[in-house]
Amino acid sequence: MAKQPLYSRVSGARHSKITTQSRWAAYVQHHKLTAMESLQRLLKSPASSAMTWVVLAIALALPMTLYVSLENVKQLSRSWDQSSQLSVYLKTETLPRFGQALSDEIQQLPHVRLAQYTSPEQALSEFSAATGLSDVVHGLEDNPLPGVISVIPNLDGMGSDALQALEQTLSQLRHVESVQLDLLWVKRLFQFMELGQRLVWALAALLGLAVLLIIGNTIRLSIESRRDEILVVKLVGGTDAFVRRPFLYTGIWFGLGGGLIAYALLSAGLYWLSGPVENLIVLYGSDFVLQGLSFGDSLILILDGVLLGWFGAWLAVARHLAKIKP
Amino acid sequence: MAHVHFDNVSKSYAGGHQALSELSFEINQGEIAFLTGHSGAGKSTLLKLIMLMEKASQGQVLVDGVNLAHLSDGQIPYHRRRVGVVFQNHQLLFDRSVFENVALPLRISGYSSRDLERRVRASLDKVGLLRFEKKSPIELSGGEQQRVGIARAVVNKPSLILADEPTGNLDPKLSREIMNLFEQFNDVGVSVLIASHDVNLIAGLNHRVIALKGGRLLGDRAATVGGTDAQPGGLERG
Repeated sequence: MAKQPLYSRVSGARHSKITTQSRWAAYVQHHKLTAMESLQRLLKSPASSAMTWVVLAIALALPMTLYVSLENVKQLSRSWDQSSQLSVYLKTETLPRFGQALSDEIQQLPHVRLAQYTSPEQALSEFSAATGLSDVVHGLEDNPLPGVISVIPNLDGMGSDALQALEQTLSQLRHVESVQLDLLWVKRLFQFMELGQRLVWALAALLGLAVLLIIGNTIRLSIESRRDEILVVKLVGGTDAFVRRPFLYTGIWFGLGGGLIAYALLSAGLYWLSGPVENLIVLYGSDFVLQGLSFGDSLILILDGVLLGWFGAWLAVARHLAKIKP
Repeated sequence: MAHVHFDNVSKSYAGGHQALSELSFEINQGEIAFLTGHSGAGKSTLLKLIMLMEKASQGQVLVDGVNLAHLSDGQIPYHRRRVGVVFQNHQLLFDRSVFENVALPLRISGYSSRDLERRVRASLDKVGLLRFEKKSPIELSGGEQQRVGIARAVVNKPSLILADEPTGNLDPKLSREIMNLFEQFNDVGVSVLIASHDVNLIAGLNHRVIALKGGRLLGDRAATVGGTDAQPGGLERG
């Protein structure tokens, strides 16, 4: 170990130069060191850290659970989209060729899967065939039935707004007397899903706030317990950023741990449910598949944890560090 | 050029306590001086003003020609890095080794680990504690802890060292050793200001003495030229 005199030059009791490069290397090194130290500090008190992690995990997992459920309902309803059908009743005086032309026109509209024209004559014969009242039908002077275009929309989970917009567009076309949405319950389902979506957002916002508060409080305690250290660091020339750093990393570790545990909880829950759900599906003969967390969703969940952890710590540090003045 | 310059400085705290009143003095580059007076005389406040732990209510404090009142909050850390401070209660962190305690100012200043290790060892060697680098400060005696504090204060090679009662809890022999360390730093051109109420210790050393009483300058006695035995009577005590 080479010993070097501390003050090498008699007159040179001065700061030696630090190059930008070595400063950057030291900066990165210090970040790594601080990150590791913060983690070690958390692991030193495993019980209380684990408790915080689990609380954070629950707060993060709850909105995500709702989100996953909603995604599954959406997937389920996608097959119902196809059974929702609009009946476009044409004015009685509309000639069949106009009706056919209109049907072709509607076919070209966006969000329309299929448009099929039924002329008044066809309708009448179908009616008589279906009801067996052909005698009565033949006795009629005029055909009382209008021409109808059956429209099957292609909404693919676009919600009730799109359905309504389509209804609106169709009712404004020429020759159209009225438009009837056959399956009102689809509309209602969409409304419920929208409500659910908003609920997810509201819950996510509330629980996000809870995460911020939990982390903020944990960091506050950590700041209190390291008061002496903060004072010394400030006295020997530590910048605010330097003082803040370990606490921000602590927040990030809490957030990351919470996110990972939330992910584990959700995955375990989905695995636990998958058996019964599959049995149910088989009974219904549906092709529904229980959707788990996609890779993107998992990433968002964990990243949200990290971001909230960092931000919560930042808020706490900004609030409490100012109070520690050397 | 004066290293530290106090120009008509007053400091009053909220609640009306007047800690310093109209204080003016200079400490030259490379000078060593004692700051003395009873507790409450304003010694600590004076050091705090130089460290920018407090700001003067009136007057100006200049360090290296820089008016401290003109420094922004963001510049304060950089000012502190140029001043080494030794505290009475040494302010060591017991959750880390002696080495890490001394390394703290260098980590803050952004030294690479190689430079850092070299400097920390040089500093610990200087105070004679290199063999304790891996120990926790809590395992060391009071005198040793104080020397770790000194190693931390000088590791950044500051041109000014402040010490607040550095021998407060030490016996005369240890106190003398600590003072010798400060003298050695002063010998290589570092300005040193030591606050102490240990009159006997000060009397045994031939250095300039700045005496405070009730926040005012009571006396300023220069070191006697070539003298080894100072006259304690030259300092008025109140």
